[in-house]
Amino acid sequence: MAKSEESAAGAALLQVDDLQVEFVTRDGVARAVNGVSYSVGAGETLAVLGESGSGKSVTAQAVMGILDMPPGRITGGRVLYRGQDLLTMPEEQRRRIRGRKIAMIFQDALSALNPVFSVGWQLGEVFRVHEGMSKKDSLRRAVELMDRVRIPAAAQRVNDYPHQFSGGMRQRIMIAMALALEPDLIIADEPTTALDVTVQAQVMDLLAELQAEYNMGLILITHDLGVVADVADKIAVMYAGRIVETAPVHELYAGPAHPYTKGLLRSIPRLDQKGQDLYAIKGLPPSLLHIPDGCAFNPRCERAADRCRAELPLLQAVLDEDGADLPGRRSACHFWKETLHG
Amino acid sequence: MGRYLLRRLGQMIVVLLGATLILFACLFVIPGDPVGSLAGSERSRDPAVVEQLHKRYGLDKPLIVQYGTYVNKLVHGDMGEDYTQRRPVAEILGPKLVNTSKLAIAAIVFDAVIGAGVGALAALKRYSLWDTVVTLITTILVGFPTFVIGMLMLNLFAVQLKWVPVIGDPSDPVQVVLPAITLAIIDAALVARLMRGTMLEVLRADYVKTAIAKGVPRRQVLLKHVMRNSVIPVVTYIGISFGSLLGGAIITETIFNWDGIGMAMSTAIQQQNNPIVVGVATWGVAIFVLLNLVVDLLYAMLDPRIRLS
Repeated sequence: MAKSEESAAGAALLQVDDLQVEFVTRDGVARAVNGVSYSVGAGETLAVLGESGSGKSVTAQAVMGILDMPPGRITGGRVLYRGQDLLTMPEEQRRRIRGRKIAMIFQDALSALNPVFSVGWQLGEVFRVHEGMSKKDSLRRAVELMDRVRIPAAAQRVNDYPHQFSGGMRQRIMIAMALALEPDLIIADEPTTALDVTVQAQVMDLLAELQAEYNMGLILITHDLGVVADVADKIAVMYAGRIVETAPVHELYAGPAHPYTKGLLRSIPRLDQKGQDLYAIKGLPPSLLHIPDGCAFNPRCERAADRCRAELPLLQAVLDEDGADLPGRRSACHFWKETLHG
Repeated sequence: MGRYLLRRLGQMIVVLLGATLILFACLFVIPGDPVGSLAGSERSRDPAVVEQLHKRYGLDKPLIVQYGTYVNKLVHGDMGEDYTQRRPVAEILGPKLVNTSKLAIAAIVFDAVIGAGVGALAALKRYSLWDTVVTLITTILVGFPTFVIGMLMLNLFAVQLKWVPVIGDPSDPVQVVLPAITLAIIDAALVARLMRGTMLEVLRADYVKTAIAKGVPRRQVLLKHVMRNSVIPVVTYIGISFGSLLGGAIITETIFNWDGIGMAMSTAIQQQNNPIVVGVATWGVAIFVLLNLVVDLLYAMLDPRIRLS
């Protein structure tokens, strides 16, 4: 079942390279993604963290090829899947990759499932489209998939419609749909945000378990730091359309090298702070129509200096106190040293 | 399901009774003697003959008794006798109903195919020249009354171009085209606009993105995922617009001299030929209510979220 031999663990399955996306709006051009690069290998989980409007979902949609164009347009960069640029390949070739090699799980399964078709029909569609399977066979496979994601009484429920399922069950159906052809890579855009807290953990566990079983790459887009800690290998933090920090997950929690990440970690409510005010990063994320000069975070940053308002900090290597390179760690802050060690 | 149907049919009878009762009351208070003219011109009328006629048609009885007689006969399949030809109403209206049905069915097909098709294309090619032209023309059409459109069409195609005769022959299938378009075109414009709006909304829906992300070819995304969701409001609209279609039929049939129940209705009103008026209305209401039921059933079939209960 698993096809781990196809790609050595860690070798880049998907590599996003300097991706730029903007939206033409009535008020001007919104620069949603401004040179984002990340990569994910087989069996690896990359968490992309950011507030709404940080460009994390837009990046994923550009990778998937489901961006609304217009008003959106990709103005630069490459998206390499096993070395092939998805952005320049013919649409028909790209379509064959979608759903088969790269699949996506959406945030709100109720709106992401078509209300007028049964879940069995929608699950089976993947097999019919990619493998030319008959209606009957595809329905049988749909039942298997529903069993696989542990939906009770799958055989009886295969002809039910999305609205007849609970939120958690619907998200399991979304996962089943993404999993149908055992893709190399799954992009999960806030897969648990719309669910109850108790169900969140179940769905996340299921996703992590299946990912390990099939040795898939996983890009987990979220704004929830709690979700990330358990399942991700590495994290990319996004702000105003750029990655501001990347790090292996535990190193990021132990010592953030960007003031924004630091603020995010401080704003998680903790039990031992009971009765105290919750910390919040002051101000609001910038409008993508008017991203501040220099570092986009400077108006909200406690450490901001003149340099931050004038010069855009690039993503640069982060070193430990002895000056040795910390692998996988990068920060786009002029004062990363002070933030990390100071 | 069976219980639902029974209840709906029960409701239909109530609506039918209510509608005919209101109509009866209206006709009752209209001034003038509906059968007086049968006894000759107003000066030479013999009061005894008039009285005899009143007796014969039951007009000497109170309204409620007249209505009761009508309902009783109706239940037994008798729609009464008209005043001018003294023939059974059902016999007079039967062939006319067939003619009107031809017109109505052609009109609904036009609404559904042309209206929805034009709207769907406008949505797919949003902001194109086609979309702009469709928006412009449908906006103008919606503001036009049926009779103006009918007379313009008649003048252009029958008088100027002489493609069709001025007086329509319902047995010739080609000749149904002009009156059917007249009858349908305003609704078709509304259907086009409704379809365009709905489809633009559906195209933005998350489940369309899901389908694309699944690798479903664009054609199939449009034909299955988008279409299936877009036609739901359109089907409902066409169903409920049937009432105004019947109203429009009165005008259209009069303009094109189309021998249907609409024209019969308009003539009967002028002659105070009340049995025909009541007869057309009864059939109209019955068809309308029945069609509403069909639309509701269709709606539940198209949208599984709707429960019939």
